[in-house]
Amino acid sequence: MAQNDIRYLTPINIDIKREKYCRFEKNGFKFIDYKDADYLLHMVNEQGKILPRRLTGTSAKYQKKVNQAIKRARHLALMPYVGDMLK
Amino acid sequence: MHIFAPQNKYILIMSLYETVFILTPVLSDEQAKEAVKKIEGEVKTLKGKVRHSESWGLRKLAYPIQKKSTGFYFLIEFQVAGENISTFELMMKRDERVLRFLTVKMDSHHEAYAEKRRAKKSGKEKAVEA
Repeated sequence: MAQNDIRYLTPINIDIKREKYCRFEKNGFKFIDYKDADYLLHMVNEQGKILPRRLTGTSAKYQKKVNQAIKRARHLALMPYVGDMLK
Repeated sequence: MHIFAPQNKYILIMSLYETVFILTPVLSDEQAKEAVKKIEGEVKTLKGKVRHSESWGLRKLAYPIQKKSTGFYFLIEFQVAGENISTFELMMKRDERVLRFLTVKMDSHHEAYAEKRRAKKSGKEKAVEA
Protein backbone atom coordinates (compact mmCIF):
# COMPACT_ATOMS: atom_id res chain seq x y z
CA MET A 1 0.00 0.00 0.00
CA ALA A 2 1.31 3.41 -0.92
CA GLN A 3 2.25 5.69 1.92
CA ASN A 4 0.16 8.64 0.83
CA ASP A 5 -2.96 6.56 0.76
CA ILE A 6 -4.56 7.74 3.99
CA ARG A 7 -7.91 6.38 4.95
CA TYR A 8 -10.34 7.66 7.53
CA LEU A 9 -12.88 5.60 9.43
CA THR A 10 -15.36 8.46 9.34
CA PRO A 11 -15.31 11.00 6.53
CA ILE A 12 -13.76 14.20 7.79
CA ASN A 13 -15.99 17.20 8.00
CA ILE A 14 -15.01 19.89 5.57
CA ASP A 15 -16.94 23.09 5.99
CA ILE A 16 -18.24 24.22 2.66
CA LYS A 17 -19.18 27.87 2.83
CA ARG A 18 -22.59 28.20 1.30
CA GLU A 19 -23.31 31.47 -0.44
CA LYS A 20 -26.09 33.40 1.25
CA TYR A 21 -28.69 34.88 -1.02
CA CYS A 22 -31.74 37.03 -0.71
CA ARG A 23 -34.79 34.82 -1.02
CA PHE A 24 -36.94 37.73 -2.14
CA GLU A 25 -34.62 38.85 -4.90
CA LYS A 26 -34.16 35.30 -6.11
CA ASN A 27 -37.89 34.55 -6.30
CA GLY A 28 -38.81 37.90 -7.79
CA PHE A 29 -40.92 39.25 -4.94
CA LYS A 30 -42.29 42.72 -5.48
CA PHE A 31 -44.47 43.03 -2.43
CA ILE A 32 -44.34 41.36 0.97
CA ASP A 33 -47.79 40.83 2.39
CA TYR A 34 -48.40 41.79 6.00
CA LYS A 35 -51.62 39.75 6.00
CA ASP A 36 -49.80 36.46 5.40
CA ALA A 37 -48.64 35.73 8.94
CA ASP A 38 -47.71 32.13 8.14
CA TYR A 39 -45.11 33.28 5.66
CA LEU A 40 -43.74 36.02 7.91
CA LEU A 41 -43.16 33.39 10.57
CA HIS A 42 -40.13 32.30 8.53
CA MET A 43 -38.46 35.63 9.16
CA VAL A 44 -38.85 35.53 12.91
CA ASN A 45 -37.26 33.48 15.71
CA GLU A 46 -38.99 31.38 18.37
CA GLN A 47 -39.66 34.40 20.52
CA GLY A 48 -41.18 36.34 17.66
CA LYS A 49 -38.14 38.56 17.17
CA ILE A 50 -37.23 39.63 13.66
CA LEU A 51 -34.19 37.70 12.38
CA PRO A 52 -31.22 39.84 11.40
CA ARG A 53 -29.94 40.13 7.86
CA ARG A 54 -26.70 38.50 8.86
CA LEU A 55 -28.55 35.23 9.48
CA THR A 56 -31.12 35.23 6.70
CA GLY A 57 -29.05 36.84 3.95
CA THR A 58 -31.89 39.11 2.92
CA SER A 59 -30.83 42.20 1.00
CA ALA A 60 -31.17 45.58 2.68
CA LYS A 61 -33.95 46.60 0.33
CA TYR A 62 -36.11 43.64 1.26
CA GLN A 63 -35.20 43.54 4.94
CA LYS A 64 -36.79 46.96 5.23
CA LYS A 65 -39.98 45.62 3.66
CA VAL A 66 -39.96 42.51 5.84
CA ASN A 67 -39.62 44.66 8.95
CA GLN A 68 -42.49 46.88 7.86
CA ALA A 69 -44.70 43.86 7.10
CA ILE A 70 -43.97 42.15 10.44
CA LYS A 71 -44.69 45.33 12.37
CA ARG A 72 -47.99 45.75 10.55
CA ALA A 73 -48.92 42.12 11.23
CA ARG A 74 -48.17 42.64 14.92
CA HIS A 75 -50.37 45.71 15.07
CA LEU A 76 -53.26 43.69 13.65
CA ALA A 77 -52.69 40.85 16.15
CA LEU A 78 -51.87 38.44 13.32
CA MET A 79 -48.46 37.91 14.95
CA PRO A 80 -47.45 38.31 18.57
CA TYR A 81 -45.16 41.08 19.81
CA VAL A 82 -43.69 38.64 22.29
CA GLY A 83 -44.05 34.93 21.86
CA ASP A 84 -42.74 31.69 23.17
CA MET A 85 -42.18 28.44 21.28
CA LEU A 86 -43.56 29.78 18.00
CA LYS A 87 -41.82 27.07 16.03
CA MET B 1 -52.65 65.39 -3.30
CA HIS B 2 -54.04 67.69 -5.97
CA ILE B 3 -53.01 69.17 -9.27
CA PHE B 4 -53.67 72.69 -10.42
CA ALA B 5 -56.09 72.54 -13.32
CA PRO B 6 -57.38 75.25 -15.67
CA GLN B 7 -60.06 77.60 -14.31
CA ASN B 8 -58.39 77.41 -10.91
CA LYS B 9 -60.17 74.22 -10.01
CA TYR B 10 -58.65 71.41 -8.08
CA ILE B 11 -58.80 67.93 -9.45
CA LEU B 12 -58.73 65.38 -6.67
CA ILE B 13 -56.51 62.42 -7.25
CA MET B 14 -58.07 59.23 -6.02
CA SER B 15 -55.68 56.74 -4.49
CA LEU B 16 -56.23 53.14 -3.58
CA TYR B 17 -56.28 52.21 0.08
CA GLU B 18 -56.64 48.96 1.92
CA THR B 19 -58.02 48.72 5.43
CA VAL B 20 -58.00 45.70 7.69
CA PHE B 21 -60.12 46.08 10.79
CA ILE B 22 -61.12 43.89 13.71
CA LEU B 23 -64.61 44.02 15.18
CA THR B 24 -65.47 42.89 18.70
CA PRO B 25 -66.55 39.26 19.04
CA VAL B 26 -69.45 40.46 21.20
CA LEU B 27 -71.44 41.35 18.08
CA SER B 28 -73.81 38.93 16.40
CA ASP B 29 -73.27 38.15 12.73
CA GLU B 30 -75.96 40.61 11.72
CA GLN B 31 -74.57 43.37 13.91
CA ALA B 32 -71.15 42.77 12.42
CA LYS B 33 -72.60 43.03 8.92
CA GLU B 34 -74.27 46.27 9.90
CA ALA B 35 -70.98 47.69 11.20
CA VAL B 36 -69.25 46.80 7.93
CA LYS B 37 -72.09 48.41 5.99
CA LYS B 38 -71.68 51.58 8.00
CA ILE B 39 -67.96 51.69 7.29
CA GLU B 40 -68.52 51.10 3.59
CA GLY B 41 -71.20 53.80 3.68
CA GLU B 42 -68.65 56.21 5.16
CA VAL B 43 -66.37 55.60 2.17
CA LYS B 44 -69.26 56.43 -0.14
CA THR B 45 -70.08 59.66 1.70
CA LEU B 46 -66.45 60.66 1.22
CA LYS B 47 -67.05 60.29 -2.54
CA GLY B 48 -65.03 57.11 -2.59
CA LYS B 49 -65.57 53.74 -4.19
CA VAL B 50 -65.39 50.38 -2.46
CA ARG B 51 -63.56 48.11 -4.85
CA HIS B 52 -63.47 44.95 -2.83
CA SER B 53 -64.47 43.72 0.60
CA GLU B 54 -63.99 40.40 2.24
CA SER B 55 -64.53 38.78 5.60
CA TRP B 56 -62.00 36.50 7.24
CA GLY B 57 -64.50 35.44 9.88
CA LEU B 58 -63.91 35.03 13.59
CA ARG B 59 -60.19 34.60 14.24
CA LYS B 60 -58.05 34.20 17.28
CA LEU B 61 -55.91 37.23 18.13
CA ALA B 62 -52.21 36.73 18.70
CA TYR B 63 -52.53 38.72 21.93
CA PRO B 64 -55.57 40.07 23.79
CA ILE B 65 -56.92 43.49 22.76
CA GLN B 66 -59.35 45.17 25.16
CA LYS B 67 -59.48 41.87 27.03
CA LYS B 68 -60.86 40.08 23.96
CA SER B 69 -59.02 37.09 22.56
CA THR B 70 -60.97 36.75 19.30
CA GLY B 71 -62.32 39.13 16.69
CA PHE B 72 -64.08 39.43 13.35
CA TYR B 73 -61.55 40.34 10.69
CA PHE B 74 -62.58 42.32 7.63
CA LEU B 75 -60.69 43.71 4.70
CA ILE B 76 -61.88 46.49 2.41
CA GLU B 77 -60.17 47.96 -0.59
CA PHE B 78 -61.36 51.39 -1.66
CA GLN B 79 -60.56 54.44 -3.67
CA VAL B 80 -60.80 57.91 -2.10
CA ALA B 81 -59.08 61.25 -2.34
CA GLY B 82 -56.11 61.39 0.00
CA GLU B 83 -57.52 64.37 1.90
CA ASN B 84 -60.49 62.37 3.06
CA ILE B 85 -58.55 59.52 4.57
CA SER B 86 -58.08 61.35 7.89
CA THR B 87 -61.86 61.73 8.23
CA PHE B 88 -62.23 58.04 7.53
CA GLU B 89 -59.66 57.11 10.16
CA LEU B 90 -61.28 59.44 12.69
CA MET B 91 -64.58 57.66 12.15
CA MET B 92 -62.89 54.30 12.67
CA LYS B 93 -61.29 55.53 15.87
CA ARG B 94 -64.63 56.72 17.22
CA ASP B 95 -66.43 53.48 16.45
CA GLU B 96 -66.45 51.40 19.60
CA ARG B 97 -67.10 48.19 17.72
CA VAL B 98 -63.69 48.41 16.04
CA LEU B 99 -60.96 46.89 18.16
CA ARG B 100 -58.09 47.68 15.81
CA PHE B 101 -57.62 48.88 12.26
CA LEU B 102 -54.85 49.57 9.80
CA THR B 103 -55.09 51.59 6.60
CA VAL B 104 -52.39 51.17 3.99
CA LYS B 105 -51.98 53.09 0.77
CA MET B 106 -51.52 50.66 -2.10
CA ASP B 107 -48.75 51.08 -4.64
CA SER B 108 -48.67 49.34 -8.02
CA HIS B 109 -46.93 46.22 -6.67
CA HIS B 110 -49.40 45.94 -3.83
CA GLU B 111 -52.28 46.31 -6.29
CA ALA B 112 -50.93 43.58 -8.53
CA TYR B 113 -50.44 41.33 -5.51
CA ALA B 114 -53.99 41.96 -4.29
CA GLU B 115 -55.44 41.02 -7.65
CA LYS B 116 -53.39 37.85 -7.76
CA ARG B 117 -54.44 36.96 -4.23
CA ARG B 118 -58.10 37.47 -5.09
CA ALA B 119 -57.82 35.31 -8.19
CA LYS B 120 -56.21 32.57 -6.12
CA LYS B 121 -58.92 32.79 -3.48
CA SER B 122 -61.83 32.70 -5.91
CA GLY B 123 -60.19 29.74 -7.66
CA LYS B 124 -60.01 27.90 -4.36
CA GLU B 125 -63.65 28.64 -3.54
CA LYS B 126 -64.72 27.29 -6.89
CA ALA B 127 -62.74 24.13 -6.25
CA VAL B 128 -64.51 23.69 -2.92
CA GLU B 129 -67.93 24.12 -4.52
CA ALA B 130 -67.25 21.63 -7.29
